[in-house]
Amino acid sequence: MKGWMGKLKVFFLLSIVTFFLAGCGKDNLTALVPKGFGAQESMKLIILTTVVMTLVFIVVLILFIVVLLRYRRKKGQEDYIPKQVEGNKTLETVWTVIPIILVLIMAIPTVISTFVLADDSKSKDHLNIEVKGNQYWWHFKYRDEEDPTGKDKNYSIQTSQDLYIPTGEKVYLHMKSNDVIHSFWVPSISGKMDVNPENENTMYIEAYEEGVYWGKCAELCGPSHSLMDFKVIAVSPDEYDKWAKDMQDFDPKQKPEEKVAQEGKELFESKSCIACHAIGNEGSDTGPNLTDFGNRTKYAGVLDPEKDNLVKWITDPESVKPGNEMTGKYPEVSDEEAGKIAEYLMQLKPSDVSPKSASKN
Amino acid sequence: MSTVAQKRGLGATLWEYLTTIDHKKIAHLYLIGGGLFFILGGLEAVIIRIQLIKPENDFISAGLYNEMITMHGTTMIFLAAMPIILGIMNAVLPLQIGARDVAFPFLNSLGFWLFMFGGILLNTSWFLGGAPDGGWTSYASFALTSPTHGIDFYVMGLQLAGAGTLMGGINFLATVVNMRAPGMTYMRMPLFTWASFITSVLILFAFPAFTVALFLLMFDRMFGTAFFDVALGGNTVIWQHLFWIFGHPEVYILILPIFGLFSDIFSTFSRKRLFGYTAMVFATMLIAFLGFMVWAHHMFTVGLGPVANSIFAIGTMAIAVPTGIKIFNWLATMWGGSVKINSAMLWALGFIPSFTIGGMTGVMLGSAVADFQYHDTYFVVAHFHYVIVGGTVFGIFAGLHYWWPKMFGRILHEGLGKLTFWTFFIGFHLTFFIQHFLGLMGMPRRYWVFLKGQELDVGNFISTIGAFFMSFAVIVFLINIIITARSEKAPADPWDGRTLEWAISSPPPFYNFEQLPLTRGLDPLWIEKSEGNGKMIPAEPLDDIHMPNNSILPFLMSLGFFIAGFGFIFQTDNKLWYIVLYAGMAFAFVCMFIRSFKDDTGYFVKKEDLEREGE
Repeated sequence: MKGWMGKLKVFFLLSIVTFFLAGCGKDNLTALVPKGFGAQESMKLIILTTVVMTLVFIVVLILFIVVLLRYRRKKGQEDYIPKQVEGNKTLETVWTVIPIILVLIMAIPTVISTFVLADDSKSKDHLNIEVKGNQYWWHFKYRDEEDPTGKDKNYSIQTSQDLYIPTGEKVYLHMKSNDVIHSFWVPSISGKMDVNPENENTMYIEAYEEGVYWGKCAELCGPSHSLMDFKVIAVSPDEYDKWAKDMQDFDPKQKPEEKVAQEGKELFESKSCIACHAIGNEGSDTGPNLTDFGNRTKYAGVLDPEKDNLVKWITDPESVKPGNEMTGKYPEVSDEEAGKIAEYLMQLKPSDVSPKSASKN
Repeated sequence: MSTVAQKRGLGATLWEYLTTIDHKKIAHLYLIGGGLFFILGGLEAVIIRIQLIKPENDFISAGLYNEMITMHGTTMIFLAAMPIILGIMNAVLPLQIGARDVAFPFLNSLGFWLFMFGGILLNTSWFLGGAPDGGWTSYASFALTSPTHGIDFYVMGLQLAGAGTLMGGINFLATVVNMRAPGMTYMRMPLFTWASFITSVLILFAFPAFTVALFLLMFDRMFGTAFFDVALGGNTVIWQHLFWIFGHPEVYILILPIFGLFSDIFSTFSRKRLFGYTAMVFATMLIAFLGFMVWAHHMFTVGLGPVANSIFAIGTMAIAVPTGIKIFNWLATMWGGSVKINSAMLWALGFIPSFTIGGMTGVMLGSAVADFQYHDTYFVVAHFHYVIVGGTVFGIFAGLHYWWPKMFGRILHEGLGKLTFWTFFIGFHLTFFIQHFLGLMGMPRRYWVFLKGQELDVGNFISTIGAFFMSFAVIVFLINIIITARSEKAPADPWDGRTLEWAISSPPPFYNFEQLPLTRGLDPLWIEKSEGNGKMIPAEPLDDIHMPNNSILPFLMSLGFFIAGFGFIFQTDNKLWYIVLYAGMAFAFVCMFIRSFKDDTGYFVKKEDLEREGE
């Protein structure tokens, strides 16, 4: 059957073509274009192991093809009895020793890198943020500079869903879950780490470039697991300082300028939104903190930041994120009321530093 | 009890299969049961792929999607792949060592019925409030919060099925140790028997860890304990350890027998002795041994620390060495041989590049820091489908085509066999190759939807198309089975075989060997053929054969546990269900009592009858 080789060739061509068609994926989401320290460390090992293993694969494939071409039973050979070889010490030693060497070549850099990424001894000199995983949203509490270990529970900033960090600097994340196991993954900046309910896991991330990076939950956590997106917004250190100051100076009591938004603020309080959602640095973290809601890249993690979407989310959260914890926790809200609340939330912009600042330059 | 073919009523056939303790018929049962669950798991896979054919699809709801992925994984591993492998072992292993049956035929039947009732129990969850939705790994924190009874069905169903598998493992161990025919020393056993023997050791040591994990989860969910409940001082990481201490050997339980099976096939169809037999045996042992030392590579991102991660990374990479030895030995077996390519051999040949890719990505995943990116993404999904489909499923198809004549007395249709292979092979690579890239492009696994504008659309579309190809292939295979049933009878040795199973008729008589054969070396039948004898030399004079009686007790015992399972699950809703619980258990215990205290000494096939049939 001559088709064998032909089909094999077609298949490999096809897979190469599809690979190029698909490209490397979306910028700031794909792990194939690393833009941070952790992602780069992983990428080095991905490349090393891929190259080594591809070499092995090619050797296997060549032998395989030679066997098929040379040793197929041809017409007239029906009665041919090949020599019954028991084995070959030299050959068998060769294909035991060479793989051992290859494994060492891959293992040593792996071990070194594992220790580098797990080293959190310098965390005191850097920004420390507590990450809380919740069914289906992320909460970020920035530890006070004076209190890097977090023992006094002084938090200078609290925010949800959008994590602002300065570029070119290590940021230490201390992660714990409030319910089930989640996993924190920002593919372009760093590999993932689980967010467990029983212990605090620490990892650090460092973004090389400004940008809005996609973050994902990578551990099955419920029906809306696939909708538990968040963003890491890396801005220049100057912009970050400005953002941090603005966030700290923000006065949640401040009345909105527009009348609709003022009514929205009242509704926000009377419809008991405020029982779970804090605005400003104080208050409950049962639900996402909404201080900088007006600057959010997405609403509810996945919806485009448009008023209609927000109204839909407030009136019928179950249709957006099945199994979420908000459904049924507040009195009924009409579309009109939801619209007013939306107006109020959308004007919450404590800082000029926003995701837009990160996309420029 | 005659081997003479005779028409029997459907009722009599059904009764025969319900009560049989013949390893060949139990093999049929395993293949039918496992085959049905394979189709079910395949349908679930197609539903998953349809949901992911385009971004933000709403073909099925989020909750149902989680049930689908959970049941797809659980079904394919516990209820399809493993039972089918156990079926092939049952059909072939006793024949390969020249035995008349397994060591404990009654236990063999009990093992099957426990698996079958466990599988049915698990799948009744679809109609009783919802299937399990915690993934096949059922990680504890989420598994505890799941509101339906789904996870309870997972616990009880797998506990039953797992007990059955454990019995199967113990049985094969005892069989290989005690039942080898004269001259069949350990180092003359065919590789499939060797691999099944080592797999049984894995089953023996791995399944108890899972049994413990399931019991802990069962008590947490049904009886108010808090092993995994963090709020009450429990720890969820313990579940992950217990699960993977079982779960990693489990993947070797799925692949090692297949390695053995391929060794036999390569050797037979190359007309050559297996290259480096001793190395192959020890490589299998080494893989099994290392397989117990690497479970935490499923947990690199849990936060175990750099020391644990490094140790498990190195251990994982080390497994590549014995696996590499095997791949090269297979190639060397074919090298210089006379390679015949038919549908059984096609699956074996297709396995080499496919499984090598799976092995490659396995080593890549072993690099802990690289795994921080791969973990829980479609890269992992691609990897384990390359080893489980490209390895186990290809192997199952190869084994079925190879041993179909021995199991059912008919040779599967060649043309349809090739069509099955090619469509499946192409579909398989279409579905899973692209998923390596999807994972790295930022698509985590177990995602109900992927969002628009993330450049994941093309890859997912291709993947879904591939799944249709594979479905087509499976349908062709089913047609092949039906057509083959009407074809003519197969000869005893259709492939110019080398091992003992080909020395007796296809299918063999119920007592297998009239006289136990004398084994004079590796590939015993080949030795006799090449020395011009053409058939095995008997190791004993013709005499009466002692055979065990059929029994309905294994079926009834399993039924009792099955009924009790519902009692366990629903007693949390209403205490009245305790009646069902106790009734089911009592029924099972009565059956066990009867088994223990009622003597059943079996019967003899008379020498005169054997002589008459031999004429």
